[in-house]
Amino acid sequence: MSDIHWPVIVILLPLAGGVACFLWPRRSVLLGLLTALGVVACVAGLGWQVVEQGAQRYAVGGWGAPLGIDLYADGLSLLMLTVTAVVGLGISVYSSGYFERARYGQDRARHFWPVWMFLWTALNALFLSADIFNLYVTLELLGLAAVVLVALAGGADAVSGAMRYLLVSLLGSLFYLLGVALLYHSFGSVDIAILAERVEPSPAVWAAMGLMIAGLLLKTALFPLHFWLPSAHASAPAPVSALLSALVVKASFYILLRLWLEIFPFANAALAQLLGLLGAAAVFWGGFQALRQTRLKMLIAYSTVAQLGYLFLAFPLASITGWTGALYMLLSHAAAKTAMFMAAGNTLYFGGHDRIADLDRAVQRMPLTMTAFALAGISIMGLPPSGGFIAKWLLLEAAIRSGQWWWGGVLILGGLLSAAWVFKVVGYAFTRSEAPHEARAVPATMEWTALLMAVLAILLGLFAPWLLALLEIGSPFNRENAG
Amino acid sequence: MNWDAALPLLVLASSLLPGLVIFFLTEERVATRTTLNLAGAVLKLMLVGVMIWGVFHGAHYETRLPLLPGLDLLLRADSLSMLFVVLSSILWLVTTVYAVGYLEGSPNRSRFFGFFSLCVTATVGVALAGNLITFVLFYELLTLATYPLIVHRGTDEARRAGRTYLVYTIAGGTLLLVGTVWLYTLSGTLEFTARGFLSGLDATHHWSLVVIFVLLVAGLGVKAALIPLHGWLPQAMVAPAPVSALLHAVAVVKAGAFGIVRVVYDVYGMQFSASLGVTLPLAIVAAATIIYGSMRALFQDDLKRRLAFSTVSQVAYIVLGIAIAGPIAAVGGLVHLVHQGVMKITLFFCAGNLAETLGIHKVSEMNGVGRRMPWTMTAFTVGVFGMIGVPPLAGFISKWYLGLGALDVGQGWVIFILAGSSLLNAAYFLPILYAAWFKAPAGTWPAERSFGRRETAWALLAPPLVTAFLTLALGLLASAPFGLLQWARFITRLEYAP
Repeated sequence: MSDIHWPVIVILLPLAGGVACFLWPRRSVLLGLLTALGVVACVAGLGWQVVEQGAQRYAVGGWGAPLGIDLYADGLSLLMLTVTAVVGLGISVYSSGYFERARYGQDRARHFWPVWMFLWTALNALFLSADIFNLYVTLELLGLAAVVLVALAGGADAVSGAMRYLLVSLLGSLFYLLGVALLYHSFGSVDIAILAERVEPSPAVWAAMGLMIAGLLLKTALFPLHFWLPSAHASAPAPVSALLSALVVKASFYILLRLWLEIFPFANAALAQLLGLLGAAAVFWGGFQALRQTRLKMLIAYSTVAQLGYLFLAFPLASITGWTGALYMLLSHAAAKTAMFMAAGNTLYFGGHDRIADLDRAVQRMPLTMTAFALAGISIMGLPPSGGFIAKWLLLEAAIRSGQWWWGGVLILGGLLSAAWVFKVVGYAFTRSEAPHEARAVPATMEWTALLMAVLAILLGLFAPWLLALLEIGSPFNRENAG
Repeated sequence: MNWDAALPLLVLASSLLPGLVIFFLTEERVATRTTLNLAGAVLKLMLVGVMIWGVFHGAHYETRLPLLPGLDLLLRADSLSMLFVVLSSILWLVTTVYAVGYLEGSPNRSRFFGFFSLCVTATVGVALAGNLITFVLFYELLTLATYPLIVHRGTDEARRAGRTYLVYTIAGGTLLLVGTVWLYTLSGTLEFTARGFLSGLDATHHWSLVVIFVLLVAGLGVKAALIPLHGWLPQAMVAPAPVSALLHAVAVVKAGAFGIVRVVYDVYGMQFSASLGVTLPLAIVAAATIIYGSMRALFQDDLKRRLAFSTVSQVAYIVLGIAIAGPIAAVGGLVHLVHQGVMKITLFFCAGNLAETLGIHKVSEMNGVGRRMPWTMTAFTVGVFGMIGVPPLAGFISKWYLGLGALDVGQGWVIFILAGSSLLNAAYFLPILYAAWFKAPAGTWPAERSFGRRETAWALLAPPLVTAFLTLALGLLASAPFGLLQWARFITRLEYAP
């Protein structure tokens, strides 16, 4: 089994699945679910390979860099692929219920499955890319697929959200591409490993770095470049919101992390502090806005803005503990936010609205959905035992160890803000409303997937040592921060 | 995994698993739910019995699961944790019986008993925690598990109380977390050790350690309701009576007090805390809480509110006993951890009976109630005399050792606090007894329910009688072989012996 080309299969399988869904739209649900299961199995195969043999470098078609396309899988890539596979499977199962009903009709379902499979292909390819130009291509594909999915909901809201998203996405990729061009021009390669050896500080490199980071920040929606995110994430259909918040914004963060650690390790401390500051601003602004929202999906979208801010706190901390904390935050946020959007989707499906003040009637009749929301909320606010708690602990520890305790203060206050809005919503589960309500039954698969994703976010709090051990395979963190 | 490592997990699972199953039961399945509840409670008690037997014969029960690089989820049965585990598993069984009777016929019972079981799981986890991070984990879980119980009735008042509770406890939990992480960065370990693990640290860290001590004690003081962090407790009494009973006697308040004992003894170490100069301020806060709680209790007409302020005062005895920094006072504080639980749960059971049977919520409605409900009021009377510290009841033992211990280390002022507090206790409790036994009934009760020839349902009457009996037994048998005093002396010897 060790000589199977898992990296290629992991990319080609969802692509094939997408084509199949496109060709046989009537069977698209079945094909999509089968593909999702297959991808999970293949990622497991790749994971086994990486754990057994260490980081894998694979030259597609036998042509190595600088001519051919190289794929590279280390612990970090594997972790991202795993998150994508698990969340992707959850979203596929959820969608099989969500898109099957009258409101969304066969038409929407026909469009959803192929595009979602293409998006998954782009994500897997992105996490396996070994050069910055492939990263560009996959990022662009990812952005386009995501825009289509946002527009899928139909209606003015969704179209304007999608339009804004498209422009931002293109602009972000354009900035990134300019940076790639500058680097290629200066050093004659786009391979990350080669660039890591060659790149030295120079005006062109600074310009490239500035452009690439700006483009990626726009796509990751770091405050104050988050303006497009809430409308896009809130107006999309629930499973799409889930995958945008859980996976798509994380992809550009992943690229940023790779570049920062491998190509620009000389980036100065001031820039790191700036990223940290923007992250802190995002935590406060997102949390504060979330608290003010009157609609559940908008609230969850703003919470994504806040949670993305936490990821950037790792830059000024610049220690292994800090990076692992941020990545663990990414992981547990992916699971928890998926569960939350699914729960919101369920209430919307059930009651036809997501006004927070009128939620009581819906949530009381869907205890599973409510539980999913509450459990996900525990992880989001970082209370134990949950993945969010582990992440918060690691980041706090890194902040105190580095003597920069104020970043710890950001974590703490951000957690309190999240707690405020989570309990604002959860409080409705305990009101005494008995009023009858026109409602549609929610398919059991939708309730159970939401609950399972939330349970996963909680369980992440108990399996940290194993997942963190993955990161040490070909770890990009040790090179400069050996201490 | 062998038996010694599995036992602490089994003790947790005996309430966790029934709780999780109960969540999924429909409302109507009363028999299944009650069976699960009682089976869990009895099984836990049996497992704890096995555990005590083992600990007494030198067995070492310890479960260790990796939680973070370098940090474990550690459950361990030592003499201090056994004290709390035994208290909570006995009182859980009693409270379960009571709750089944109390909530008969009310809505959302599956939700209630699910969280009820989670709450006890968290309490036992707090008791068995072998290091500070495990403690924090269960301490926060306790917050989350008790919130639904407090807001259970769903009224606006209940939701307001729930919100206040969350604001206090989540802020407190945050302080505790910050203190814990900071401590970890300094010491590199968080494992509870008799006499602490910090005294070896460099003297330059001493100021940080003082600040961390304040953070930890403030975080724990919220649940222990030390002033000025007690504001949530009187509000939280809107919860159903079994919840109040559990909150005040075993779960939340006691977890805070127990945590303070842990921090002073097994994190900092008694000697080292005293040398940092943090114990005297803690003793003063505790003393102020004792007097303040009693003063406020004097002026409450709502019975449960009066009891709540009494809790504020009584729990501070435990902290006072620890903070006086002497071995004899420490024995007083530790036995009071158990005594206060048993006495206060009796009083809350009785208050619940009055409310459930006669609709009495206020002290001013209690005239002559002793004739209508003699058994309930007998239990109440025993509890009250215990609280005041009348020999030979449990509360007397606590106060005796506290006073003796204070004199032993030359802290004479504590005697005045104890005497003043006993007077105040008498002042706010005795009028209730007088009214209940000697005044004439007003004629009709606010909302009377008939239970035939009995004064109230069996499930409501038996629990307070059992705990009242325990109050008496704990006082009479305090010095018996294997009695509570011996146990507490054993714990303090670990901390103080040369």
